[in-house]
Parts: sequence; structure tokens; C-alpha cells
Amino acid sequence: MQRLNNKLGLFSALPMLSILAIAFFAPLLVVAIFSSMPPKVFTLTHIPDFSAYSVFFQQGFYRSLLWSLGAAFISTVILLVVCWPLAFGMAKIFKSFTLVLTIAVVMSLFVSENIRLFGWVLTLMKGGLIEGHMRAWLGIGFDSPLYGVPVIVFGLVYAYLPFMLFPLAQGIATVPDDARQAAADLGASRWQIFAQIDVPLAAPGIVVGCLLCFVLSAGAVAESKILGGQAIITITDDIETAFTFGQDWPLGSALSVIFIAIVSVFALLAISVVDLDKIMGRKR
Amino acid sequence: MPALRSTRIALLIYGLFVICLLYLPLISVGFASISRARYISFPIRRYSTQWYGEALQSGTVRDLLVTSLSVAVIVTICSVIIAFFGALAFARYEWRYRTVFQKLILLPIFFPQTVLGLALLMWFNALGIIPTWKTAVVAHLVWITPIATLIVAIRAYGFDSALEEAARDLGASTRTILREITLPLLMPGLVTAGLFAFLLSWGNFPLSLFTTGADSTLPEWLYAKMVSGYSPLVPTLGIMSVVASIFLIIISFAVIWLVQKSKALTQV
Repeated sequence: MQRLNNKLGLFSALPMLSILAIAFFAPLLVVAIFSSMPPKVFTLTHIPDFSAYSVFFQQGFYRSLLWSLGAAFISTVILLVVCWPLAFGMAKIFKSFTLVLTIAVVMSLFVSENIRLFGWVLTLMKGGLIEGHMRAWLGIGFDSPLYGVPVIVFGLVYAYLPFMLFPLAQGIATVPDDARQAAADLGASRWQIFAQIDVPLAAPGIVVGCLLCFVLSAGAVAESKILGGQAIITITDDIETAFTFGQDWPLGSALSVIFIAIVSVFALLAISVVDLDKIMGRKR
Repeated sequence: MPALRSTRIALLIYGLFVICLLYLPLISVGFASISRARYISFPIRRYSTQWYGEALQSGTVRDLLVTSLSVAVIVTICSVIIAFFGALAFARYEWRYRTVFQKLILLPIFFPQTVLGLALLMWFNALGIIPTWKTAVVAHLVWITPIATLIVAIRAYGFDSALEEAARDLGASTRTILREITLPLLMPGLVTAGLFAFLLSWGNFPLSLFTTGADSTLPEWLYAKMVSGYSPLVPTLGIMSVVASIFLIIISFAVIWLVQKSKALTQV
């Protein structure tokens, strides 16, 4: 029976594994090889000299890397604070509203990210939905918050909210009510219950949500381009420029390799923490 | 520990506020799409549906829709088939490398899509393949099949494996079991996965950007016009794209509901 299971398992995994091999691992390998090529070549048939990596330090590309990681870190922290009460409500307090909220949040994901961000431009710009109406009805206008660093962070928080909310709600749902009740009966304050029961027991959800949001927002590019007017140049932006306008594929590849190396530490950490069988409700 | 009534209400209001915030940008886009002016400024003085008329007559728009639709339809079909088997390997069969497989398919979901798109562009270039919308299908599949697999897997976790074992004990072949038992049981999961696959492909931009070559999908065109060379058709097409998605969701739910109803009737 075990042999049959092994055979069936491998056989069913095969289509998925082939896609991953052909269109995920092979391209990454090509990027890694390309990053070792001399500047501005478009084929892999040159002698590797790894010069693109020295450009990373010489031309200050680490700055955009730091901006990306910094913005990702701040937006992850904000997301954690913003989503916690909501996730708590979804897991412990709301009844049918949890379903409403889930559907509303998932549906918003189906709208192309750049349409939603463009909507924020229309909402926040001078003469936009908010400023325009305030000026017309109340006579007070204000400067547009667009094209700055805070609005980029806002865009990241907005775009990745679902990726924090759902893991968090999942994590909080695993905190047993009995433990919270017992702590309350023994005289624990709200803060003590939060710090000593909720947070430690919901930790897997917190970790997964934070890492997911951090990784995704570190790789984001549309927020800074559409909302931020490129007030900060993100690392993904630099990578894109190197490939397109710069026509320097080895440089773009080297930047990608450095970025992927940093981000994959976090991604792999998150992946090693999740127990999918448990999260997805395996019965046996 | 029942929450206080005031906490409940406060959290409910907060939840509603977040939902409003999520959809506020779409309201702006909606108003902008029926504004008559070429350059939008609020409050809108004159409304008109002329941009919708123009969008419907434009050949560019038709090409964009055809490209987006072709990609999304092929991605949906392929990812549902792959996800069906993938979910069995993920949730159902107790095989040796199951946990490794589970972690492997999470990798593309955690990966920045723009970088993945660029990596694929270089890979196609190294293979000597000229990117068209067909290569974009491959790019979408890398990201969408894992998600579809997860969705089908949730369903696969929920069903009783004793059904399959009983069929096997009665002498059914593996193929018969798949066709007669596993497939019908997983069907609701497959429909949901197909819906997700279509919508995610329809709205995807970062993967399409580098992998469609000379072809262009709707989100790509919208992005190009937002960043440079604004067109009054941007809000209009944005709303049309959203409306198409909503339509599809409603139709799918209606189909699922009708199927369930007819099943209930035949069982009586």
C-alpha cells in the first residue's frame, strides 16, 4: 500500500513539479549564470567575470535595496497593528460578519492592483475625490499627499492588507478560549492576556503574516511608481531599469540575485514555519 | 470570555471602515469613468457615457480584451487540470516526499512577481523563444497553479478516504476511482480554483509585463497609460474589467447553486 501511495503521489505531483522545474527553477538558474557575465552581454557564452556585483557597491544600488527593505519593514509593522484588532474580531468575536469581511477582502484582490492604486491617485490628488469635494463644499483645500514616501508606505499597507489579515486571523483562531478564560478568572488584565496568552499562542500566524507581507512589499514596484511618483527608487525598479533602459542584463541579474538571496531567507523561514496540514484542516 | 458589547460594535465599525477603504479607490475610478472631461477633476460637473462608447468601438481595446481573455482561459484550463493532480499529491496520497512537495509549491507564491517575470524573459531568450501572449500563459501558470492547488487541496482534505479504499477493495482500478469517486467529490473545489485562476490571470500585471512580448494585456495597457501618456479610457477600461470579473463571479455562483439544487432534487 505504501508503495502504491508513493507511486500515485509522485505521479500526481509530476505536472506541478514539471511546471516548477521548467518555469521557476530553470529561469532562476539562468539569472544566476547571467549575473556572472561581463557587462552588457545578451548571451551566456562569455567568460564569467562577476563584474556586475562590484557595480552594485560602486554605483550605490545598495541604497535602493535599503529603501525597499526599510519601506517593507515599516509597512509590515503598520499592517500588524492595523490588522490585529480586525483579525481578532474575525477569529473570536464576529459571527456572520467574518464571512462578509472575508469575501469583501478576497474580492478586492481580483481587481488588478494597478487599477486600485490608480483609484487612490484619483482619490487623493489635488482636485481628486476628497480634496475636490472638500474645496467645493467646505471651501478648504489641502496639498495632495501624493508623490512622497508616506503615501508609498500607505500604498503598501493597502495592497498587502489581505496577506496579513488572513494568516493573523488563522493564528488567533488557534488560541483556545479556555486559556483566555482561565487567565481572566485568575485575575489577568487585558494587557496580560494579550501579551502572555494571545501573542505567544498565535505566534505562527503572526510570523507567517509578517514574513509574507515583508517579502511581497520588498518586491513591490507599482506603489512607488503610481502613487509615489518615484519619490523612492525601489530595488525592483532598479532591476527593471537595468533590464529595459539600461540594456545591461548581467547587472539586472546581479541585482536580482542579491535581492532574491536576502528575500529568500525570510521566505524560507516563513515556509518552514507553516504546517499546511494543520492550517488547511487535515482530519487524520 | 464573551466580549463586551461595546468592543463588538467598535470592531464591527472598524471592519466596515476597512471594507470601505478597500473599495474607495474603485468608487473614484467609477466616477472618473463617467466624467465627460478629458482630464478628471472632482467634483464632476458633467456626466457622460461617451468613453464607454469609444471603448466599445476601439480596435485596440478589442485586441487587448482578446489577448487577456485568451491568456486567462488557457491558464484556467491548464491550472485546474494540474491542480487536480497536484492537490491529490498535496493532501490525499501518503507518499514519501509529500511535505517537501507542500513547501515547494509555496515558493512561487512568496516570490516577487516582477523579478520572476524578468527571470522568465531571460530564460525564454536563452532558449531562443520570442515572447508572445503564449509565453505569458507559462508565466501565469507558475504563480497561479500553486494557488489553485491549495484551493483544491482544502476540498481534498475534507473528504473521507474510506470511499476510495472501499472502491479499491471492490476491485476498481486507480483510473476508475479517480473518475467515479475522486473527481466528483473534488468538483466544487475545482470550480472555485478555476474561478480564482481566471480572475487572477485576468488582473495580473507584473508577470505579463515582461512576458507578453509585442502583445499586450489589459492591465499592461492600463499601467502604460497611467505612467505616461494618460488616456481618458483608463478609468473606463478599468471599470469594464472589474465589471467583467463581477459578472463572472455571479455566473459561477449561480452555476454552483443550480448544480447543488438539481442534485438535491434528484436525491429526493
